Amino acid sequence: MLATFFRALGWRGALGAAGVVALAGVAISAWSDVQSDPGADDGKLTIGFIYVGPKDDFGYNQAAYEGSLAMASSFPGATLLQAENVPETAESETVMEGMIDDGADLIFATSYGHFEFAQHVAERHPDVVVVHQGGLEEAPGLPNFGTYFGTVYEPVYTAGIVAGSASESGKLGYVYAFPIPQTLANINAFTLGAQSVNPDIETVTVATGSWCDPSLQAQAAQSLIDQGVDVITQHQDCTKTIVEAAEEAGVFSVGYHASTQSLAPHGWLTGSEWNWGPLYTDIVGTVADGDFTNSDYDGNYRVGLQTGTNPFVQSDYGTSVSSSTESLVEEARERFVEGGSPFAGPVLSQDGDTVWADGEQPSYDEVETMDFMVAGVIGQTG
Amino acid sequence: MNVESILAGAVAGGTSILYPTLGEVIAERSGVVNLGTEGSMLCGALAAYAVGIETGNPWLGVLAGLVAGALMAMVHAYVVLARGANQLATGLVVSFLGLGLTSLFGQDYVGRGVEALTDWDVPLLSELPFLGRVLFQHDPLTYLSIVAAFAAWWALRRTRAGVRLRAAGERPEVLSTFGTSPVRVRFLAVTCGGALAGLGGAQLATAFTRNWSEGMTAGRGYIAVGLTIFAAWDPLRAIAGAYLFSGAEALQLQLQAEGTSLSPFLLQAFPYVVVILVLALLSSRRLGAAPEALSRVFEGRAA
Repeated sequence: MLATFFRALGWRGALGAAGVVALAGVAISAWSDVQSDPGADDGKLTIGFIYVGPKDDFGYNQAAYEGSLAMASSFPGATLLQAENVPETAESETVMEGMIDDGADLIFATSYGHFEFAQHVAERHPDVVVVHQGGLEEAPGLPNFGTYFGTVYEPVYTAGIVAGSASESGKLGYVYAFPIPQTLANINAFTLGAQSVNPDIETVTVATGSWCDPSLQAQAAQSLIDQGVDVITQHQDCTKTIVEAAEEAGVFSVGYHASTQSLAPHGWLTGSEWNWGPLYTDIVGTVADGDFTNSDYDGNYRVGLQTGTNPFVQSDYGTSVSSSTESLVEEARERFVEGGSPFAGPVLSQDGDTVWADGEQPSYDEVETMDFMVAGVIGQTG
Repeated sequence: MNVESILAGAVAGGTSILYPTLGEVIAERSGVVNLGTEGSMLCGALAAYAVGIETGNPWLGVLAGLVAGALMAMVHAYVVLARGANQLATGLVVSFLGLGLTSLFGQDYVGRGVEALTDWDVPLLSELPFLGRVLFQHDPLTYLSIVAAFAAWWALRRTRAGVRLRAAGERPEVLSTFGTSPVRVRFLAVTCGGALAGLGGAQLATAFTRNWSEGMTAGRGYIAVGLTIFAAWDPLRAIAGAYLFSGAEALQLQLQAEGTSLSPFLLQAFPYVVVILVLALLSSRRLGAAPEALSRVFEGRAA
């Protein structure tokens, strides 16, 4: 079929296509040894990171990249290999194999879709540790493979408290991509946080079907504003369009991925963002000591306020947030540190069924497989 | 349901589709199909955003977007007109070239702030009930797109250049006998079409979304090619086509916000379903309006 295609293109077309492939190659394998200490001896670690997008996307990938740099500052002798724009296909295996050829002892596969390929690489290289960000490994796992993630829904819940306190219309807006468990957990946590302040709060949701389609985002924000929401938040990879649309319409905004307070000086309330450095540092330290197998990281490690430093943190407050709201947030955070959950019962679904009764709360696994919206959310899960 | 809001959304979101549709109408009326429109839009979007940031002047950005879109279209025009390559295959390659180039050079501009083209309310008219918000509270490029559609309609019918352009698409042999090179006319038409697609990209990045991200046109350049058939190669009907698609987008999002019981997956497909249905219903009749030279493209003969 490909041959037919190239015949149809003619040789000039084929040359053009080859040029495009070459260009794409340049873009894909923007591969660089960011930090290599010339004095490092061979006993030092070589650590590889692969990212699905560019390292400066003001979002997911940038957060992971910055985490890798923060980690590296604790291991001055280590060599860091970085690969951006690594697709979530078998090509990622080639990139990881290349890193191992370059001496990598530990690889961080940072995107959800890298999961199975990272597992394949770990299987082939028992002497290399591979960790994956966000996946769930089935037991019994490989001794040199593990997954890790944080509880993003904790700072999303506390941001919900701030949103619920700020809203006068009692309607919050949420722009998201797909009704996957992680997103549903965020929408529910945000709503429950807001309802802890005002039980009548509703969250109006709009799905764009894309992690980043600014044109649809602009339309989605407008449809929410027309619906009377006075706080807008989102679960999108690129966040600028929505935050600016909210600011221009004079409604509050709650950020995601990174602080965008500078884009919304009036309406910014707070948000949730990443801080991967401490967790990466701890994982690398464990590997450096030769203690990975049977450690917390050899399996599915989930870190929240209760278990340690959550890599998801709440962004700075905007100027309009009162100190009484801040103390409500502080109380909730203390509850989570002591083992409480944003989803502590009673939690009702949209149909009014009790999902978690008073005194119950879900495990991490249950949160990560969440497939419903709580009462007060306007939207459909599929 | 808020009809005013849906129609306002149709116009606001439709502008970045109207420009490339007009561009494609002009190119196809001259006898060249340009599937590279998506690439022209992306280059226009990035050039406008980047120049807007570097100079602090959004209008210089718009100019850069126009030039970038035209340059991409010139690549297409050169390869198909001077080298005789297949128009459909070349157009696709040009689109991917635009995607690759803008992904590469756009990395530095992701998420950066730009001096945006702000809305300019038309005095008096913008205060009209209903119509004020729908038509007269937009950015200048939106008003310009409507002017451009009427100008293209008039120029195609009433000017000497328009007659030549149509002749290049219908009877190139006749044009030759009158001493005008159809290839030259087509080159200019495709370039002009690319400039319009670049303007569409510029409006998308610097006015409607105020953002640059990789592949941000998300297939709207290809939608424009489909809408060209819907519009029966008529610039005024292009307005209807662009607003129909964008209005369907606004409608599905508003249905979600109103708490419809329909699945979001189904609703997201709605704008595309509308275009396909309309094409299926209208095609047999409208294809009669296709420029003669286009049939040669689709039948695989050199134009």
